[in-house]
Amino acid sequence: MKALCWHGKNDIRYETVPDPEIEDPRDAIINVSSCAICGSDLHLFHHFMPSMKSGDIVGHEFMGEVMEVGSDVKKLKVGDRVVVPFTITCGECDQCRRGNFSLCERSNRNKAMADKVFGHAGAGLFGYSHLTGGYAGGQAEYVRVPFADETHIQVPDTLTDEQVLFLGDIFPTGWQAAVQCDIEPTDTVVIWGAGPVGQFCVRSAVLLGAQQVVVIDNVPERLSMAQAGGAIPINFDEESVLGRLQELTHGKGPEKCIDAVGLESHVPRSPDSVYDRVKQSLWMENDRAHVLREMIYVCRPGGVLSIPGVYSGMVDKIPMGQLMNKALSVRSGQTHVRRWSDDLVRRIDDGQIDPSFVITHSVSLEDGPEMYNVFRNKQDGCVKVVLKP
Amino acid sequence: MNRSHSYMSHSLHGSDRLARGLGWFSLGLGLCQVLAPRKLTKPLGMEGFEPMVMACGAREIACGIGALSTNPTLAIWSRVGGDALDLAALAAALRDKHNPKKENVGVAMAALGAVTALDLYCATKLQKRYAYQAGPTPDYSDRSGFPHPVDSMRGAASDFETPKDMRAALPSPAKSPGPRVTPTTRSPIE
Repeated sequence: MKALCWHGKNDIRYETVPDPEIEDPRDAIINVSSCAICGSDLHLFHHFMPSMKSGDIVGHEFMGEVMEVGSDVKKLKVGDRVVVPFTITCGECDQCRRGNFSLCERSNRNKAMADKVFGHAGAGLFGYSHLTGGYAGGQAEYVRVPFADETHIQVPDTLTDEQVLFLGDIFPTGWQAAVQCDIEPTDTVVIWGAGPVGQFCVRSAVLLGAQQVVVIDNVPERLSMAQAGGAIPINFDEESVLGRLQELTHGKGPEKCIDAVGLESHVPRSPDSVYDRVKQSLWMENDRAHVLREMIYVCRPGGVLSIPGVYSGMVDKIPMGQLMNKALSVRSGQTHVRRWSDDLVRRIDDGQIDPSFVITHSVSLEDGPEMYNVFRNKQDGCVKVVLKP
Repeated sequence: MNRSHSYMSHSLHGSDRLARGLGWFSLGLGLCQVLAPRKLTKPLGMEGFEPMVMACGAREIACGIGALSTNPTLAIWSRVGGDALDLAALAAALRDKHNPKKENVGVAMAALGAVTALDLYCATKLQKRYAYQAGPTPDYSDRSGFPHPVDSMRGAASDFETPKDMRAALPSPAKSPGPRVTPTTRSPIE
């Protein structure tokens, strides 16, 4: 089959690889009809995530038709149309039973390695390094889905791929980021980053009833898309983030802050960003934490910081004094996709939201490698790329 | 993980590969300049200029690290600037009447000229390839994702109840009218 494979920094290739096979009775093989490039795939592209190996198949946003099932798979049958969550979940362990699906205790098959790095491992993820299980990703023609009875979202045939594809990651990620804020009707919710996850954070915060939603970025077309969804845009190249937020909140700061940027924040004119760039280049720091620092600074005392943005390891100069003295709550984590997916399928089916608004580029899988460059450099108005195998 | 057999298209272009080559070259040359400057000054008849060569080495190392980063454009342009400075220094050495190694300086200038041309070619290609936000700025102001105007969608998911484990640790600071907590006046010890 054909797939997109990682071969090092900035190096993704469209290659011929062996077809996946059933390895466990609980597996299923999916014939991928649509997949997408996620913002967090760029962290792999830039080689900021450790434990990638040359030839690894990337991609964790995908959907398709069940082609083959293992002997122990009961809830799926050949021909079913499913979206696959990026977090692999057994559905039986203590964490899964609590709804903490992204912390599944069984699905990371490299648990020993992850335990050493994180203290305790999280769930296995598709196409996202060997630290998260080393599973082949979904930017491919076919994918093996472990624990298939639990690791799938069945979707109605009445909805198109474009409407449901993002149920596997970015829509529930934006939703969980907003839910973690415990939004009240009087709240101002500020979202750093108007990328695909940021766009879903905006829509989720609006649907959950925030009085005011603000989005911070410097890409005009992304800001205009966020504004269309109900956000007040702040272009950090053109105005002071702090000054504008003070004005919008009558000097009190926002109650809820969401980091939809993660480890590669870049604000060229900010001294701390330059500092982070230098340290990251010298392998003295993993992540660039400008957004975290700014969130902690601007948030209203007693407020909530929600962090769906991906971080990989060590960060530097985090103002713990501000965080502690302002009694801020921090909520983060990979998304517990299955916890929200049924509710979100219903909301799409009811017409409350159509997630396809975010798609700006739809190309063949073969064009995927070049789209990594286009997406990374935010060229050609690119916000979200869908690939068709 | 599956392993590859052959590939048809890839994200790494010729200019990226050239930038990597120049990056490793920069690192190697920079280390030589920093660790053994006399190995360069002596054949060029430039004894006494070791501190300057070492400074150039530090610059080369910085450029090398930049050229191997996710966006090598700035580092390669820095190399072009560095090449110009190096050419100027060599030109001064060539004009020095007392320099007994002028032939070597000439050869070095020719080699550096070729490298400069390569750097310039690479930087120009990368400039276009890595141009941030290049291309037209589309208008996405009609992409709300909602079936109705935003104001009528605000709170449309009010049937959703925040799970217990995701509720805010403290009452919302702006909640109004909302409940207010009366501070206790009694000592908790009594």
